[in-house]
Amino acid sequence: MTRKQRRLTLIGTAGVVLATAFGLILFALYDELVFFQSPTDIALTPLPPGQRIRLGGLVEDGSVVRSDNAEVSFRVTDMENTVAVTYKGILPDLFREGQGVVTEGFVNPAGVFVADSVLAKHDENYIPKEVAEALKKQGHWQGENAAAN
Amino acid sequence: MIVEFGHYALVLAFALSLVQSVVPLWGALAGDDRLMAVAPPVSVTTFVMVLLSFAVLTNAYLTADFSVLNVLENSHSAKPLIYKFTGVWGNHEGSMLLWVLILVFFGALVGFFGGNLPKDLRAATLAVQGWISAGFILFLLATSNPFTRVVNPPLEGADLNPILQDIGLAIHPPLLYVGYVGFSITFSFAVAALILGRTDAAWARWVRPWTLLAWSFLTLGIAMGSYWAYYELGWGGWWFWDPVENASLMPWLAGTALLHSAIVMERREALKIWTILLAIFTFSLSLLGTFLVRSGVLTSVHAFATDPTRGVFILALLCFFIGGSLALYAWRAPALKQGGLFAPISREGALVLNNLFLTSACAAVFVGTLYPLFLDAVTGEKISVGAPFFNLTFGPLMVPLLIAVPFGPVLSWKRGDLLAASQRLYAAFGLAILMTIFTFWLWGMEKVLAPLGVGLAVWVMAGAVSEILTRVKILEIGPSRAFSRLVGLPGSAWGTTMAHFGVGLTVLGIVTASAFQEERIATMRPGDVVELSGYQLTFDGAAPRRGPNFTEEVGHFTIRQGGIFVAELDPSKRVYTARQMPTTEAAIHTTGFSQLYLSLGESRGDGAVDVRVYFKPLITLIWIGCVIMALGGAISIADRRLRVGAPKPARKRKSAAPAPAE
Repeated sequence: MTRKQRRLTLIGTAGVVLATAFGLILFALYDELVFFQSPTDIALTPLPPGQRIRLGGLVEDGSVVRSDNAEVSFRVTDMENTVAVTYKGILPDLFREGQGVVTEGFVNPAGVFVADSVLAKHDENYIPKEVAEALKKQGHWQGENAAAN
Repeated sequence: MIVEFGHYALVLAFALSLVQSVVPLWGALAGDDRLMAVAPPVSVTTFVMVLLSFAVLTNAYLTADFSVLNVLENSHSAKPLIYKFTGVWGNHEGSMLLWVLILVFFGALVGFFGGNLPKDLRAATLAVQGWISAGFILFLLATSNPFTRVVNPPLEGADLNPILQDIGLAIHPPLLYVGYVGFSITFSFAVAALILGRTDAAWARWVRPWTLLAWSFLTLGIAMGSYWAYYELGWGGWWFWDPVENASLMPWLAGTALLHSAIVMERREALKIWTILLAIFTFSLSLLGTFLVRSGVLTSVHAFATDPTRGVFILALLCFFIGGSLALYAWRAPALKQGGLFAPISREGALVLNNLFLTSACAAVFVGTLYPLFLDAVTGEKISVGAPFFNLTFGPLMVPLLIAVPFGPVLSWKRGDLLAASQRLYAAFGLAILMTIFTFWLWGMEKVLAPLGVGLAVWVMAGAVSEILTRVKILEIGPSRAFSRLVGLPGSAWGTTMAHFGVGLTVLGIVTASAFQEERIATMRPGDVVELSGYQLTFDGAAPRRGPNFTEEVGHFTIRQGGIFVAELDPSKRVYTARQMPTTEAAIHTTGFSQLYLSLGESRGDGAVDVRVYFKPLITLIWIGCVIMALGGAISIADRRLRVGAPKPARKRKSAAPAPAE
């Protein structure tokens, strides 16, 4: 092999690997992104069934109902609209009524949001950033310290 | 008074860092020996000053001095002693102080042990190190002063975040920081080489032990963090592709690439420019990780101290160091001489392939971590990039890399023979096929990818073992003579074998624990039994208990296998009194390499509790593999040919035996 051929082989291999990586990233970005939506977003433009989203808002007071087999249902609200959510599993320690929550899942044909993960950050004052901004948009934000202590 | 002393020591350290960043560099460029000689004593004194101020802060924590704002906000007099100590770095300010302490410690090491480095290289390296420490000490003093006083100190502090009250806090951050910050030395060496316009094999020889050291600690730090999150968060997950985890994974991937390209540079004088670029990237990614974690721009599942208001300062530091070093690289790199030709099929070629895949994988993680931030900043659209993205990008990039791993060490330098190399791997290939078939037989055809993953892991492990066995020619000379040869092999050969074996173990753990895990979620009342993976779990009841600074509800479970008693598990739900914050303490039973994981949910009031049980086959291999990788790194550092004070190649040529370090 001449010097030039060697260099071409090297550059060719590098090109193939980088192109593959680039293609994978683009494909995954197109396919695997999960958008954050508030209950109002869902009310305005209903989701196609099966599309995964992150739903964020506050857990509505008095809406948490536990049934056997560790199933729980509750409603997520942004003070304008609410979405009914069901979840099977163990809720995070800081899941409470009136507190911010982010759930990930999809809407089933009955219009209920089936969550497979529920996040509440490990900090008692915490409202997820996305939730805070969604609430601000709706004009229901009560300031950083409203939820504190 | 003591507290002010600590503050003062930190200010002195800042002044010393400024001296260190200017004077030696001036000396190196002007060729003035006296100016260059300033660097080592200054670097050691800076370290002593920062150590003093760290000791003062530690003392404030141990004596629960609530007149210090930092102690007041993050400590409590009833907190157990060990957490008073580890609590020093369980908050933003203390954590950054630890970061700086390790940074100047590394600088002092170069100053103290770098006696046989060329004078100008040592001076320039320490000067660059001085810029970094000056920047970060200024950051501490200006925005995150841990020594701020409170005028009217209250009697009791606010306590440390309960999630952090764990032995993990004693281990994980220091290990991770030694890893992150250790790469600053390679960065400084790279920038110094660019400033002086000179790199050679000797340069790579000095850089490699530092890279190995940082890499080994980073590996341990990530593994320890993963295990900590696994048992503390109570979800049974060990990796969430969370931005904060990615922030540590990116420098690890770049550092792994750097480790391998430094070998090529040292042995063959090839890939010089690339190695320098990687050294810059690796530390840049460490800085980026520090920024991402410290600034709080990310939404994460993990608990750590953040303060968004200070993010801008770190961002400015980040831009200065990354932008500056890349600009310097663009300006000076073309002047460096290239050398060392090699055929595509060769050890060098294999290492280039390794670098390609590792950096591509790193880029994929980079995009997945930063794209949501980018999109939010540009369009305001909120998205999250989760595990599916990374499984789809990172996974496929790792597979060809893992297939290639065993080939690397058996190919010869310069021009390799793929056929001859393959012949040395027949046994490993056969074993991998056997294990794949065995896994299919064990689990059936429902999961196609998992047995292939097992086969891949076995291939990597068996490849590592068979490489070292054929290296000592075990078939030709018999086991007893081969054994004495094995003992005599250089540390770097053992290091490679162990690290590659560790990779295989980790992959095996990842595949089995994710593909064959079993899970049950149930609401249990006392006396209820849940069956999982051949184990019967009986819920015996729950009882309250008091800890030093928490109260807890402890569930008592008995595990039996076919009616025979195996173990008792006591998971609990705690409430920490000072912050009224609940946490979940999972209970884990380890059998062999597998684990039974049990965590409690909310109790229902009528004696019933929600329970989540997992059986995770071979999961501990994930972390054991990482420990073995790090051990491999340590053994490789101990190799006398690569010792920190390794002799210059010119002298080595004169005498066959390596000369002792001066």
